[in-house]
Amino acid sequence: MTTEYWRWKEYNWKNPDIDWKDAKNITVGVDVGSVSSQAVIMTDGELYAYSNMRTGSDSPESAENALDWALKDTGMTLDNILYAVGTGYGRVNVPFADRAITEIACHGRGANFMYGPTVRTILDMGGQDCKVIQVDEKGKVQEFLMNDKCAAGTGRGMEVFADLLEIPIEDIGELSFQVDEEPEPVSSTCVIFAKTEATGLLRQGWPKNDVLAAYCSAMALRVVALIERVGVEEDFAITGGIAKNAGVVKRLTGYLNLEALQPKHDTQIAGALGGALFAQTLAVKEGKVPS
Amino acid sequence: MVSIGVDMGAKNVKVVVLRENEVIGKALVTAGLDTEGALKEALQSASREAGIDYDEVGNITATGAGRKDVPMARDELTEVGAAARGALFHFSDARTVIDVGAEEGRGVRFNAEGRVIDFVINEKCAAGAGAFTEAMARALEVPLEEFGPLSLKSDREIPMNAQCAVFAESEVVSLVHAKTPKKDIARAVHDAIASRITSMVRRVGVEERVALVGGLAYNVGFIDSLNRDLETEVLIPPDPEYTAAIGAAVVAAERGAKASEGGENS
Amino acid sequence: MKANYGYHDGSGDFFITIDSNLCTGCVECISSCPADVLEMITDDYDDVVAAVKDEHRKKIKYSCAECKPVDEQPPLPCVAACEPGAITHSW
Ligand code: SF4
Ligand code: SF4
Repeated sequence: MTTEYWRWKEYNWKNPDIDWKDAKNITVGVDVGSVSSQAVIMTDGELYAYSNMRTGSDSPESAENALDWALKDTGMTLDNILYAVGTGYGRVNVPFADRAITEIACHGRGANFMYGPTVRTILDMGGQDCKVIQVDEKGKVQEFLMNDKCAAGTGRGMEVFADLLEIPIEDIGELSFQVDEEPEPVSSTCVIFAKTEATGLLRQGWPKNDVLAAYCSAMALRVVALIERVGVEEDFAITGGIAKNAGVVKRLTGYLNLEALQPKHDTQIAGALGGALFAQTLAVKEGKVPS
Repeated sequence: MVSIGVDMGAKNVKVVVLRENEVIGKALVTAGLDTEGALKEALQSASREAGIDYDEVGNITATGAGRKDVPMARDELTEVGAAARGALFHFSDARTVIDVGAEEGRGVRFNAEGRVIDFVINEKCAAGAGAFTEAMARALEVPLEEFGPLSLKSDREIPMNAQCAVFAESEVVSLVHAKTPKKDIARAVHDAIASRITSMVRRVGVEERVALVGGLAYNVGFIDSLNRDLETEVLIPPDPEYTAAIGAAVVAAERGAKASEGGENS
Repeated sequence: MKANYGYHDGSGDFFITIDSNLCTGCVECISSCPADVLEMITDDYDDVVAAVKDEHRKKIKYSCAECKPVDEQPPLPCVAACEPGAITHSW
């Protein structure tokens, strides 16, 4: 078995300025992804609490765990929640959800809240997929593309390299800039062939950091190709696990010649946040909110 | 007259020496970093096996991804053309050849003279090439040469969902965790790659008979899955990985003969 | 909304794009497709539109292979069937 170098902490957060007992419309969005699951609780259009956890082997259980963790120390229970939306890969397996909505639509809406109405293009690089989403000023999706077939351009591809070079994944970004000169990108798109190529480079005596730099820019180029299929319109935002890898992000924004917006919250909650926002609207529409 | 075909692949150099339509010498050398040295070595050892002198050689033709890097070759041939000619060398009734090497898969349809009618190539994605089975055998911790025979023992079809070699590795690992017998996983792997190769080749219009060449032609598990998918019995030449080099040698002989008829060959 | 179904991998770009602003929900493309690749869905904005089935999204190059012979490619059935021109292919 390969060692897992992909490390991040499970956590939860609560807005201390909000007393949910005053709220009328309380909703939750739960995003069950293939690697991590998030729950976001909203009260009257405001972000109240969220959690981010590892997805277990069982989707319903992962959804429940994420919710429990977001609810922790709030005094709130599932009974206080008017509407729940499930999203992500395991969205149909969220036991307490009133409706399932795709991660694309949720992501668009979540990013609109997180970055404000000027955001038009969102790149989401997750553990096992890569999405490009274009939204209007309301966060409604205008065009999207999702690549979950190929590991190139996903966190998984980066993991393979971290593993090959025996470098913790969170150090990749920084190390990839510690090179004398920026090397040519790895030429193979395919992770398997790129790995062969990298092994060859190491054998030729390339330092590890150079190989990392070559892979980070290859990955950035791959993702640029996807973004260009949809077209990039500013403002531009990057979400997902790779957003934390400066080695890819800096090269990517360099190729595109633009800056990415800075998020106010952890970008991994974008999908669940969008779900909670949809739930806010749906709760009103379906008459669940007391007037 | 003696002719030589050189197949300069991504990984290996293959050389075939042909005399009057008969293979009298062949060699395969793994290239590594020094391709030039590997080429020399392969040429020498094939010539030694054939027992020929270098000046007996009428013509040399190169094929393969690195065919431009064969300075002693007088001309070159595409991989597609070489696969067709090589298949026809062994089987005069073959009209389609499937060539699956470690890094790419190809389908070629040709006529009785070996002229290419249509071809299709799947390149640069390991999921459609021999590298897929190699990676899966590794994930399953089964030696590559046992992987095919293991697959034959299975009588159960289980689907593989991942269409990427990297994600498929994880799928294989979770199948192992779920206590799925290794033989059934092996079969699933071969079924998956065979189905991709089959849909690819269908695009050129499969005409009987079908020959299978390249590294995967050694894999009985893959052959079995492919036969089931194509609903035919594919032909496997002896030493299938030399097929392109043989094709090149055949063309070298032909072109050499033409040149000397025209009196241009000194 | 323009939905790009498919993928980009080492061997190229394989996307079917369906524009829900153009799709009228007439179902013509679905009956035209010999490989049963398409279906009608109600999308997240409650529009009833054609979409590529989930099980084909990661292997669309292979699913559509039958309609794309390498010599003379006839017009694609789904594209030809779609009067408003909502469907396009990237390859
Ligand atoms: S190109 Fe490589 S990484 Fe991408 S799908 Fe194919 S096998 Fe997987
Ligand atoms: S190209 Fe053919 S198989 Fe593919 S969606 Fe269109 S009609 Fe169906």
